[in-house]
Amino acid sequence: MNAFLAQLLNGLDKGGAYALIALGLTLVFGTLGVVNFAHGALFMLGCFCAVTFRYFLTIETVTIDPTKLSPWGAPVEVRTPLVQSWLGDWGAILVDYSVPISVLFTVPVMLVIGIAMERGLIKHFYKRSHAEQILVTFGLAIVLQEIVKSFFGANPKPQPIPADLRMAADVGAWFGMEAQKLTYPLWRLIYLLFSLGVIGAVFAFMRYTTFGMVVRAGMADRETVGLLGIDIDKRFTIVFGMAAVVAGVAGAMYTPLLPPNYHIGMDFLVLSFVVVVVGGMGSLPGAVVAGFLLGVLQSFASMNEVKSIIPGIDQIIIYLVAIVILLVRPRGLMGRSGVMES
Amino acid sequence: MTEQNIGRRRLLKSMSAGFAATVASPLVFTSRGYAQEFCNNPGDKDPIFGFNVPQTGTYAEEGLEQLKGYELAVKHINGEGDGGLMNTMKPMALKGNGILGRKLQYVTGDTQTNTDAARDGARRMIERDGAIMVTGCVTTGEAVAQQALCHELGVIYMSGLTHGNDTTGKDKRRYGFRHFFNGYQSGVAIAPILAEEYGRERRAYHLTADYNWGWTQEESIRDATEALGWETVKAVRTPLGIGDYSQYLTPVLNSGADVLILNHYGHDMVNSLPQAVQFGMRERMANGKQFEIIVPMFSELMAVGAGDAVKGIIGTQNWNWQLEDEGSKAFTNSYGAAYGEPPSQSAHTGYVQTLLYADAVERAGTFYPPEVIKALEDFEFDGMGNGPTLYRGSDHQCFKEVLAVRGNSNPTSRFDVLEVIGTTDREKVTYDHAIFGGELGPYEPNQC
Repeated sequence: MNAFLAQLLNGLDKGGAYALIALGLTLVFGTLGVVNFAHGALFMLGCFCAVTFRYFLTIETVTIDPTKLSPWGAPVEVRTPLVQSWLGDWGAILVDYSVPISVLFTVPVMLVIGIAMERGLIKHFYKRSHAEQILVTFGLAIVLQEIVKSFFGANPKPQPIPADLRMAADVGAWFGMEAQKLTYPLWRLIYLLFSLGVIGAVFAFMRYTTFGMVVRAGMADRETVGLLGIDIDKRFTIVFGMAAVVAGVAGAMYTPLLPPNYHIGMDFLVLSFVVVVVGGMGSLPGAVVAGFLLGVLQSFASMNEVKSIIPGIDQIIIYLVAIVILLVRPRGLMGRSGVMES
Repeated sequence: MTEQNIGRRRLLKSMSAGFAATVASPLVFTSRGYAQEFCNNPGDKDPIFGFNVPQTGTYAEEGLEQLKGYELAVKHINGEGDGGLMNTMKPMALKGNGILGRKLQYVTGDTQTNTDAARDGARRMIERDGAIMVTGCVTTGEAVAQQALCHELGVIYMSGLTHGNDTTGKDKRRYGFRHFFNGYQSGVAIAPILAEEYGRERRAYHLTADYNWGWTQEESIRDATEALGWETVKAVRTPLGIGDYSQYLTPVLNSGADVLILNHYGHDMVNSLPQAVQFGMRERMANGKQFEIIVPMFSELMAVGAGDAVKGIIGTQNWNWQLEDEGSKAFTNSYGAAYGEPPSQSAHTGYVQTLLYADAVERAGTFYPPEVIKALEDFEFDGMGNGPTLYRGSDHQCFKEVLAVRGNSNPTSRFDVLEVIGTTDREKVTYDHAIFGGELGPYEPNQC
């Protein structure tokens, strides 16, 4: 039972990341009708927002202490982070909590990147075929990857979890179970809560604000909304920026779980497309449900009991489910009839 | 009609020239024929070494460190710098004026931590750049691939970091040499420490990187721990470079195991160890005992990458810069002066392998590979940081002391994250080469 619950938590935690990326992807498809293969690159840029933020926080001054020699005979270098020397203990806390704080840095940066991407490139391809959109956005993703690679190199950049959060939570004890019977890393639980929070915020924004209402109306009937004198294109541009922000913050908070490199977006892109297809192209609830569903299925498929029956199932389960869904229900779990069914 | 007058002096001159040409011509043709007998014979030119290491990909950090070791070795061989281990290695034939009086040149390549890219890079170095020797790798896959190619082309390959038993076991080649220790030796070296620290009644769960190094490492550690009386609960293979190990770590918690053995290296270990710690495994009690994590194969760079998670974790190492012998001190000083930090075992391996090959050429008096191979085979040397060492002729594996290390609980800098807690004698880690099978193959080289 404990093994089952632990895998369930693991699946929900993975599913949170899948759902967040797929949410932005389906938001763009639902509003602009664009199949954005550069969405994974936005996740990657979010990761590197966290890396950049920490880089700035950890810029050091280096002084040589000629009175001390290292074991290899060189004078000892004394390195002091500037932020710590300026802000003392608060500086140290800032450095320690660089990942969660970097979300505040990531939001405006990704909003600007998203809007620039839409205005500069994507808008010219609204009326082109999906194949052309895929080609151009895939090309854009490669360009963004190479830019990041030229600045940060090809190697992963590990980001630390804040020291106080670097532990396993006794989840079982929270629910009256025996102590230490069901533990789970605290940061992964935080990530799960964070993803639920972001998903909730996006849904609330779309459901309860005038802006969201107009966007939803535009998604249903773009021309009629335009005839009412509303500049729907402007709102859709902002939606693209929002999607970039969602992907970006998902990436920034994920960095302690998986050290990012320039290629991380591509790794997630394939998975998130499968999530969107399973959930239904253009369906926001579908993306979220499919994200968590596939995360949980992948996690259960990793159980030794399952793998002893079907070896290697954990590596292919997501794609098997996608094939079955496409055969049985081409529009996806919650997709609208007629959307990308053929 | 033209009259031809041939004088006595002129006739003698012509005869002398003809005689000299007749006598000398076999020498000239023999020399050229000899020059073409083996691949990339430097002839009168400077010899070129090919340093083929991962500069990108999962094990890039180790590869870049190795490259620093190679470059320092080239300097020392060419007579620059303080000479490093050339001052301590015994016996030593190199004179600090290059190899056989010629300055050593080199080319570098990026294996991308990928077997195919490693093989392609080695082929390019041999066929395009004219490398007389190829060296470098951070995985057994890279080593085995390059070693097989070099053997095929008749070029000696001095492997870098390759810890899998196969390199000098079933995949050994006459043209391949390994200084680094292997999984079997790690198992022998770590077993007594594990028995002493954790007792003889333990239940172990293995997570193993799914490629040939991981498989042989797992096999060796399983054999060693089961010989202690430990039970292996489960051994699970994990894809190379996946990053997020949570789905593989979650089942460990309820498996009944009280030890997790991570047969991971490089970034795999840098990811999996901290994640295992995040899962609370260091604080956990299982079967009435403290849960423990073991990383049988360690490196300094991995330890730095894993951060605090490495504290108290036991493993093995090929070499550590904190060793007190004359050779280790000399190399640490030399490397520290060149790069401002102490060397890793990856840098040490690269450096030592280059020096050993160069020295063998100097002793053989030729670059002709069969003679160099014979100079390396069963070569006994000392002063390179691992005590008296034998390059065994029957499998081209080095035999020397193996270090047991532990993650330092109170490191004073990022350079002393590992502390040496024991050494295992060369005799104890020596084994019968037949247990791993394989054939070295012929001495005579192929043409490239």
